[in-house]
Amino acid sequence: MAISTTDLTAVASNTTADPTRPPSRRHFRFIANPKAAIGLTVIAIYLIFAAIGPWVAPYDPNARSNDLVAAPSAHHWFGTTHLGQDIFSQVLVGTRSVVYVGFVAGIVATVLSIAIGVTAGYLGGVVEDTLSVIANVFLVIPALLLIIIITTTVESAGDGTVALIIGCTSWAWGARVLRAQTLSLRHRDYVEAARATGERTWRVVTFEILPNLTAVIASNFVGTVLFAVMSEITLAFIGISGQSNWNWGTILFWAQSQQALDQGAWWWFVPAGLAIAVLGTALSLVNFGIDEFVNPRLRDSGGHKIRTRRGTAWMRVGFTPVVRDDDLTGPRRGRGGAAPAPIAEGASTVSFGTRGGDR
Amino acid sequence: MGPVVSEQPVLEIKNLNVDYGFGPDAVRAVNDVTLTLHRGEVLGLAGESGSGKSTLAYGLTRLLPPPGIVRGGEVIYHPSEGEAYDVLSLSDNELRAFRWAQTSIVFQGAMNSLNPVHKVSSQMMDALKAHDPKMSGRARLDRARELLGLVGIAADRLDSYPHQLSGGMRQRVMIAMALALEPQVVIMDEPTTALDVVMQRQILAQLVELRQRLDFSVLFITPDLSLLVEFSDRIAIMYGGRIVEEAPAGTLYREALHPYSDGLLHSFPALRGARRELTGIPGSPPDLRAMPGGCSFHPRCPKAFEPCATEVPVLGQPVAASGGNTEARSVACWLHEVRPGR
Repeated sequence: MAISTTDLTAVASNTTADPTRPPSRRHFRFIANPKAAIGLTVIAIYLIFAAIGPWVAPYDPNARSNDLVAAPSAHHWFGTTHLGQDIFSQVLVGTRSVVYVGFVAGIVATVLSIAIGVTAGYLGGVVEDTLSVIANVFLVIPALLLIIIITTTVESAGDGTVALIIGCTSWAWGARVLRAQTLSLRHRDYVEAARATGERTWRVVTFEILPNLTAVIASNFVGTVLFAVMSEITLAFIGISGQSNWNWGTILFWAQSQQALDQGAWWWFVPAGLAIAVLGTALSLVNFGIDEFVNPRLRDSGGHKIRTRRGTAWMRVGFTPVVRDDDLTGPRRGRGGAAPAPIAEGASTVSFGTRGGDR
Repeated sequence: MGPVVSEQPVLEIKNLNVDYGFGPDAVRAVNDVTLTLHRGEVLGLAGESGSGKSTLAYGLTRLLPPPGIVRGGEVIYHPSEGEAYDVLSLSDNELRAFRWAQTSIVFQGAMNSLNPVHKVSSQMMDALKAHDPKMSGRARLDRARELLGLVGIAADRLDSYPHQLSGGMRQRVMIAMALALEPQVVIMDEPTTALDVVMQRQILAQLVELRQRLDFSVLFITPDLSLLVEFSDRIAIMYGGRIVEEAPAGTLYREALHPYSDGLLHSFPALRGARRELTGIPGSPPDLRAMPGGCSFHPRCPKAFEPCATEVPVLGQPVAASGGNTEARSVACWLHEVRPGR
């Protein structure tokens, strides 16, 4: 069939002549997602402190002073311990160990879970059975106990060792999830089509299947990082890892062993606890951001609001908003014409399903 | 063909605009569509994929998922008794009550609309329960049995799971469910595309027969124009989000005025009548983000001439068609002089 060249050129000229579409807009879309932006910012701050913490810390975290269990002050922002050590410096210095262990363990576990989970899911057969058995064995091993045993056995277990051990023991759950997801993707039409066009297995896996797993992998990674952070802090908190190596768990260990709560020394444990909570929140926010970025449908569903003169119309599934042109332009009753006029009583008779009314 | 179609409207779509997205990125998928569905009528809506047929159907029922937005127009629904009202101004609760009871939809790929883990009976009874919670379980079961009977499925299939039914049977179940609350309007969005030709015909014959008995109107969406010619009363052709031609089925088949309709008619073998050469339409549907100026069909149109590239033709009644009745038809093409408005 002859496709006339006129229509092709017409379309081409039309797309190039469209001035309303700046081409650079889409580049930073991930950052444009507020959740991802906030999460990444917070994580960046942690990373910065992980890098420069020991240099910018005002005191040596081990240095004793005469201010024993002193409340936060200008000299000691987060107060001091029973030995007069500066808690602010301890938190700063401890950041490096926590971030390092968290991310190294997360990366190790994620790589292992992708390799094992996707391979098992895609290849099937004996390979799958074997890998599944291994994953199942790792699943039932109580990870923390294993970590305790190994860290106490291994001489001079530094952060790197702890990270590796946590990474190597916490991949199994991710592998299981990825295997299940791969199993369901393996027979999708587009994967079959890719195979039918003669793509090699590695290409099918990396180009057809892995992109669809991104959200799962990302959430796995975030979950593992959190788990690793928690494990490391737990190890330090129960006094397994060396006390000379500062991390937030060490602070909590001393706070607990010196009965900080009974002494009313809240500044001893609150900063470290908050640091953990904020890091966890930031990681989760990044995870949500990745979810919305990877899954276009999630990106568009809900949350999109359109401000009109009659109120806010929400884009949501099942009730398409109706936005007429005269809702957007025309005289506004608000002062200066900037703010949208308040919704008149009974405006719900128009088709703005106001959110939360009945869902 | 069919029962006498009254001139009484049941659904009037007036100047409906539907966008995907909002703001500078918005894409107009349905552009100023005016269409009337009369009581007891089968109105066919044809066009290539991407012409806005389904968007129109989902837009007028406000079922379009984000980022779809209705950007103006009216959808006036005339209930069998009581005042007519604008579907686009209903509140959420009113809209929920309106759906299925007044207007039901048989979805594209309706075969997969049945939940595989529930029995046919419980799925049919769910719809009844949602709209009439007071109805007793016994009555609901009876109604479900009756509905299956309507579409020619034995009542003992009530306890089947969807996978135990054939594709055609599942399709019939969907149609039965669409008729459960005796709606006045049934919108069918390519309901038979997943079926083989034999099954298509059977189901359509059944639909026409049911329409005569139950007196509902059908908005039938399909790219298969020959199917529409066969059993619909009127046909509207969409291209690039606009209605380009509307005419009684027979008239359109005999004499399509718009070159696009003509091209569509020559893209399918007719089910009946003399053999014709299949020509198809060159090119591909327009990119909605970069619509050609003027008539959106002009880059592909074999008969394009001077005004086509610059001015949008108005939909209206043709002044002089070379033959036949021009009363009930309208076209938007510069080849045909029209009286604007209908």
